[in-house]
Amino acid sequence: MAQLKDVLKKPSSFYDEFLRKPDNYQQDTHYCPGCGHGILHKLIAEAIEDFGIKDRTIMISPVGCSVFVYYYFDTGNFQVAHGRAPAVATGIKRTHPDAIVISYQGDGDLAAIGGNNILQAANRGENITVFFVNNAIYGMTGGQMAPTTLLGQKTMTSPYGRKATWEGYPMKVSELLSTLEAPAYVERIALTNGKNLMKARKAVRKAIQAQIDGKGFSLVETLSMCPSAWRMTPVDAKKWVEEAMMKTFPLGVYKDVLDEREVGSWHRALETVPIEKYHEILGLAHEGMEVEGDVESVPKIFRNPKVLIAGFGGQGILLLGQTLAETGMRHGWNSTWIPSYGPEMRGGTANCHVKISSDPIGSPVVSEPNILIAMNKPSLERFEKDLAPGGLLIYNTSMIDIKPTRTDIEILPLPATEMADEIGSLRVANMVIIGAVLEKTKILQKDVVLDSLNAVVKHKKFIPMNSDAINKGMEYARNYKG
Amino acid sequence: MAKELIKGNEAVIKGALLAGCDAYFGYPITPASEIAHAAAKYFPLAGKVFLQAESEIAAIQMCYGAAGGGVRVMTASSGPGISLKMEGISYSAGSELPIVIVDVMRGGPGLGNIAPSQADYNQIVKGGGHGNYKLLVLAPNSAQEMCDLTMLAFELADKYRNPTVVLTDGFNGQMMEPVEFPEPVKKKPDKTDWAAMGDAKTRKNLINSIYLDPEEMEEHNVHLQEKYKKMEQNEVRYEDYKLDGAEIIGIAYGTTSRVMYTAVDEARKKGINAGMLRPITLFPFPKVKIRELAESSKVKAFLVSEMSNGQMVDDVRLAVEGKKPVNFFGRMGGVVPTVSELLEQFEKAAK
Repeated sequence: MAQLKDVLKKPSSFYDEFLRKPDNYQQDTHYCPGCGHGILHKLIAEAIEDFGIKDRTIMISPVGCSVFVYYYFDTGNFQVAHGRAPAVATGIKRTHPDAIVISYQGDGDLAAIGGNNILQAANRGENITVFFVNNAIYGMTGGQMAPTTLLGQKTMTSPYGRKATWEGYPMKVSELLSTLEAPAYVERIALTNGKNLMKARKAVRKAIQAQIDGKGFSLVETLSMCPSAWRMTPVDAKKWVEEAMMKTFPLGVYKDVLDEREVGSWHRALETVPIEKYHEILGLAHEGMEVEGDVESVPKIFRNPKVLIAGFGGQGILLLGQTLAETGMRHGWNSTWIPSYGPEMRGGTANCHVKISSDPIGSPVVSEPNILIAMNKPSLERFEKDLAPGGLLIYNTSMIDIKPTRTDIEILPLPATEMADEIGSLRVANMVIIGAVLEKTKILQKDVVLDSLNAVVKHKKFIPMNSDAINKGMEYARNYKG
Repeated sequence: MAKELIKGNEAVIKGALLAGCDAYFGYPITPASEIAHAAAKYFPLAGKVFLQAESEIAAIQMCYGAAGGGVRVMTASSGPGISLKMEGISYSAGSELPIVIVDVMRGGPGLGNIAPSQADYNQIVKGGGHGNYKLLVLAPNSAQEMCDLTMLAFELADKYRNPTVVLTDGFNGQMMEPVEFPEPVKKKPDKTDWAAMGDAKTRKNLINSIYLDPEEMEEHNVHLQEKYKKMEQNEVRYEDYKLDGAEIIGIAYGTTSRVMYTAVDEARKKGINAGMLRPITLFPFPKVKIRELAESSKVKAFLVSEMSNGQMVDDVRLAVEGKKPVNFFGRMGGVVPTVSELLEQFEKAAK
């Protein structure tokens, strides 16, 4: 038989003295007489005590009258930005799945500025417990209208009474959230008479137990008194909750699927992966073929290739560039690749810039290429003028029906698309071009290019065809008599 | 180990995991999205948390929760998203939470465009959120540094209990370069003295930025300022590119500094004694070194270039204190300065 002194004992999850409170009344809370917060605090503190979860619990104090929840609860505490408690709770819970995370929020906080945060946390089924205190007003900031303010209710910012056609209707959070699939338990309670308090006690415990059991998101909406902002006596305030608020916000269970859910089904445990495996996970463990680059036999102009590759999106422009940059790197050189980006992206064209150099590369931008690859007509028209004198122009005659005009450059016309079609796929036109680049510049070794494709190409089934295309491109360039 | 040819944005995530990052919370935005893509791909494989938030506002607040719980956490975005994160950034600075934030800057203001920019300098380095706070700001200029400075960001964020930003631009995020990845960080600092981790040892801890009493609030502010002073004493990083004996000192960071390397070389070919100081930390700013240069009899002028209306140049002028002329050349709206433009500026400054 429990002793009366134990029944009336203050739960240990409440501090004995509120030392964080910066005034001389460290045994009294900061709440006004007749306020509902104290009652709800007590119900929560008792549940924490009885469930033995004090050490595991993290309370989140929002902005509003309950901004000082951390004065009172002897648990881990977070004070957070207005409305953001569900997001902060998500961050804590996802990284500490065994913590018991309790978000304690008022109506301005949860239903106005944090409306999307609570909706989304509920919809993700965060395994947290939310206590939502609905007192139909902003208490802390001095009695302004809340999303839950009743129609006709006068506040500092609705001095003539809330009008549906001007400020909309009172927001029914429990009803709203219970339409979502993820939440496990949603109930609205009130802190008025003994009967309601018994129900409230049960709901508070159920909502916390749901989290302990890993059954997902639960929310308890509490109709609570605010005698100060309502300008009522505590007794009248209780009466107003029962007579006015409950008409708009009926008490009851709005959602309860706790029995249908397995214990732990919404507990998101984290797997421990040894850091020794990280390099493998990140794909860093592979060893590609590498050679020492040699520029002796390379024509001088191609020793530090600055390549501009341009064409339609879908012609493999970016991949072509990446293959060159990857191969350059594997010759022990510096290389950069940068895709068409920003203002140049308009009009469905794609281009990329590649630099390969034995020296450090400053700007990765190729403004004066010494190799220009034009895969379509607009590219030739646009970039031919930029090619350095003596540079190499490779252009795709399958797609370009005009001729280059420059005479101070080396030109290789190449029916890349048609050749690719003969090889078996239009997608390998870019590889035909690579073959031609290899043959003309001699700077990159073919076997390294082929090995580089393993790193660059996502669809491995194309690799044999790519190899064929590179050979055909080399052959064409070797035999071409301009 | 083999180098990997990789986009700067992806190098950020590989570096983050190697630095022991435990969680990523983010929201999609170009040109930063590859960071989220890579996190979504790799974090679960390493037993770490990746979660797409409902908004930028929520993403930074999720970081607030995770960091307050003592784990290593990051988010990434670009200008419009960074603006939204400012609420959480100010709170994190106030609550002294080590969060790593990557800002891949794009053209603005407003929706702007997705081209590279450096116009978030003031927002990140000078504030942007409310209150007297500073962020540690690191400015990579290569894919290798996207990895290395992200890793450093986690170390510094923990060392100072301060949000730390990797401030980069769309170009640096999209560019692929060879990167050599280091071994994973084995030891992370113990945070049980301040973090709230949901256990007995940390039950007494409070994550908090509210101090109702003005005297207490001031005391907290003084503490923060002292911390920032320590950063200025210990964490200044910059690259010296041919500064020895240089007469015209170029100053640029990020992508602009890449263009400026080449411009310095070209200027030297033309007989102009140019060099470059590249700030790697934007806060703390290398103002002592700049003042030293300003006081050198050899130095004739400074040339600052940015992809902005001239934001970092204010810090350079404060350091130079009017001792030497400070020229500025900027491009805006996503336009990258060219080598020839910067060369022309060096020539102008040398006259």
